Amino acid sequence: MTTTEAPVFSLPKIKNWLPAYGVYVAILLLVLYNVLFTENFLAWSNIRIQLIQVAPIVIVALGMALVIGTEGIDLSVGSVMALAAAFIPLYLGYGVLAAIIVSLIAGVVVGLINGVLVAKVGLQPIVATLALFVGGRGLAIVISGGQLKDVRNEDFIYLGSGDFLRLPVLVWIAALLVLVIAFVVRRTVFGRRLLAIGGNRPASELAGLPVQRVLITVYIVCSVLASIAGILAVARIQSSDASAVGLLIELSAITAVVVGGTPLTGGKVRVLGTVAGALLMQLVIATMIKHNLQPSTTEMVQAVIILVAVYVARERRSR
Amino acid sequence: MTLLEVVGVSKVFPGVRALDDVSFTLAPGEVHALVGENGAGKSTLIKVLTGVYQPDGGELRYQEEPTKFDSPMDAQRAGISTIYQEVNLIPLMSVAHNLFLGREPRTAFGLLDEQRMNREAAEILSRYGVTADVRRQLGTMALGAQQMVALARAVMIDAKVVIMDEPTSSLEPREVETLFGVIRDLHAQGIGIIYVSHRLDELYQICDAVTILRDGQVVHTGKLADLERIKLVSLMLGRDMSAVRREGFTGFSGQMTGDAEAPPVLRVTDLNSRRKLHDISFDVRPGEVVGLGGLLGAGRSETIKAIGGAYPLDSGDVQVDGKDLKRPTTVAAVKAGIAVQPEDRKAEGIVAGLSVRENIALAVLPKMARFGLVSDRKIDKIVDKYMKRLQIKASSPNQRVGDLSGGNQQKVLLARLLATDPKVLLLDEPTRGIDVGAKAEVQSLIDELASEGLGVVLVSSDAEELIEGADRVVVLRDGVVVGILTDTRVTTEALLETIASSGGHRDDH
Repeated sequence: MTTTEAPVFSLPKIKNWLPAYGVYVAILLLVLYNVLFTENFLAWSNIRIQLIQVAPIVIVALGMALVIGTEGIDLSVGSVMALAAAFIPLYLGYGVLAAIIVSLIAGVVVGLINGVLVAKVGLQPIVATLALFVGGRGLAIVISGGQLKDVRNEDFIYLGSGDFLRLPVLVWIAALLVLVIAFVVRRTVFGRRLLAIGGNRPASELAGLPVQRVLITVYIVCSVLASIAGILAVARIQSSDASAVGLLIELSAITAVVVGGTPLTGGKVRVLGTVAGALLMQLVIATMIKHNLQPSTTEMVQAVIILVAVYVARERRSR
Repeated sequence: MTLLEVVGVSKVFPGVRALDDVSFTLAPGEVHALVGENGAGKSTLIKVLTGVYQPDGGELRYQEEPTKFDSPMDAQRAGISTIYQEVNLIPLMSVAHNLFLGREPRTAFGLLDEQRMNREAAEILSRYGVTADVRRQLGTMALGAQQMVALARAVMIDAKVVIMDEPTSSLEPREVETLFGVIRDLHAQGIGIIYVSHRLDELYQICDAVTILRDGQVVHTGKLADLERIKLVSLMLGRDMSAVRREGFTGFSGQMTGDAEAPPVLRVTDLNSRRKLHDISFDVRPGEVVGLGGLLGAGRSETIKAIGGAYPLDSGDVQVDGKDLKRPTTVAAVKAGIAVQPEDRKAEGIVAGLSVRENIALAVLPKMARFGLVSDRKIDKIVDKYMKRLQIKASSPNQRVGDLSGGNQQKVLLARLLATDPKVLLLDEPTRGIDVGAKAEVQSLIDELASEGLGVVLVSSDAEELIEGADRVVVLRDGVVVGILTDTRVTTEALLETIASSGGHRDDH
């Protein structure tokens, strides 16, 4: 894939360029393939379905990208989705807004716990969030009484199943959140501090940054985004099942972040890359399904993509 | 006969000619000093010698045979060992394990022969002045001892050439003596040594020959004894010799700037921290540079960090401008006007992955922002100001700090501190590991800042720097203030006397 006659395509340049933009190339190639070989790929209904399916992953992955940018990881996002989902049918009687607010508060609480464990107690993020990864879903099942509950509130369902300007509301919300997070990372004091802390925590401390506060906030933001995804998941499938909502989404989210070129070593966050990472994985799965490949094959292909992404992204140590 | 020879080697990176027709020879048993400012090409040359880089032109000859090293492993197998500034060992493994890593002695069953390994390790290390238990985790030992382990490891691999890159930068005088003893041994065994250091005293003490690089070219090579010190410095800097004489070796003016009448800007009272600091008290007046003297491990860095809120205190008081901080946190300390430049620039100072711009603005983001949104215009202004004032050399404000030279990284760090408008500047080894030119610049900057009314606390293991830079020196030993040198007593002799007179050798932890 390299051409040697033009210096523009020199190998070192490609090596620098690939981790950041490889994901876009991969998407382009995959789209091209599908346009040529998959029936009805460009049909509006198909694109709609793909977007609806990818939206929750994108939302969760945004929070994950921030956490990973601080050299952390949040395994509890799936459980947070379940918790948020469990509260919806309980409080929908008090109105849509009340139910949403309660679910969001659940997210804030989980994020606060994660953040305090990581920032103040000093647990490693993978251990700290493992606690709520396990416990959170258990609690959600207890809260929901272990049953699948149908949700029939029209206004609420509009969030997950309605359209606005011909696009699903769900997709609008995800897109809006992408813009917000991209803006936060690029333009706010919080975003800059987050990157500095991920890049070098002792240095950030000595520079007088409120490291603990920033870290706690990051985990809260991540959990709140996960609750939003949980709320939207309930609104889409029109029922709440705490044992199924958000199952294994932490893996999809981490994959999206990594494939999108955000290094696990912290100090850098690629918001658009993360979106592209989620889209790429979605496209891969869709392509496989359309061509009647076994789910097991799909999983193996996903694994290969993750390995390739991590391989090209590994930073070359200079000096 | 020559052991290692470099003939007309060039190395080109995009935009820079890092080595330009460099030739140099190393004889067996020779201790050869390799000197030059950062960016002169020393590191590149070392990397060419050790197979990290391939030369773009010229030839390497090893034991009089043309050679090519494809990888660092290749060079090591041939007998070229390198000891880097940062110790490259595994902190969580035991000393003995580190020493034998990859060459562990085995029992008849192919299992690890731990006993033999520990016994041999203790034996080998005692020759390097390391007497600690070899079963201890390496990371719990003093940096100096770690470096000795690294050296012992390098020599063990049947090295014929040992390259030492700033080996003494983290050693205390006693350890330096041990190192020199080891170097003399190696010399007697006919091992060739390439010795890179910024410390002139050491070079003249231990090296036979010298090669001076400047801007990728060899500007001088020959016997070191024939080269006057001042000539060496001027060759290195490319500066006029008379200017060096006039300005002295350091960039300090030597003028006192402190106002004896002014109330102290920093007052430290009875700092105590478990086993490390005991009742440390001293004052700093505006415009005064107070040196903290003492050996490695005397508690200088801990004192500085404690004042900056980054080291736990059991009791004690820190006052800035008469305002009590009690037990400072880093956030409170910065807010009160304390700026700390830590000793370990890479680990605790710069954020290597971020740009020069982000690094400088890091501590003052709220001031650069409105409603939490940062203003690029405000940041550009402040970044521009400090890049000019400190003469930071970067291709643009957006360059990664990790890609800058050590001196420029240090300046970026200082710029970040100054941007916070501090009242007190705490500097821990501000010129360590940076080139001579940048060193003088940093030193004169310290002078300048003091004359503008800042209180400065200076820690330096370079006695010359401490004495010329400080108006007063507080001498520490084992976490206790053992003396304060003032006025005419601020001399190297008095400093050494105070450190030595306070009785006995300190225990190694």
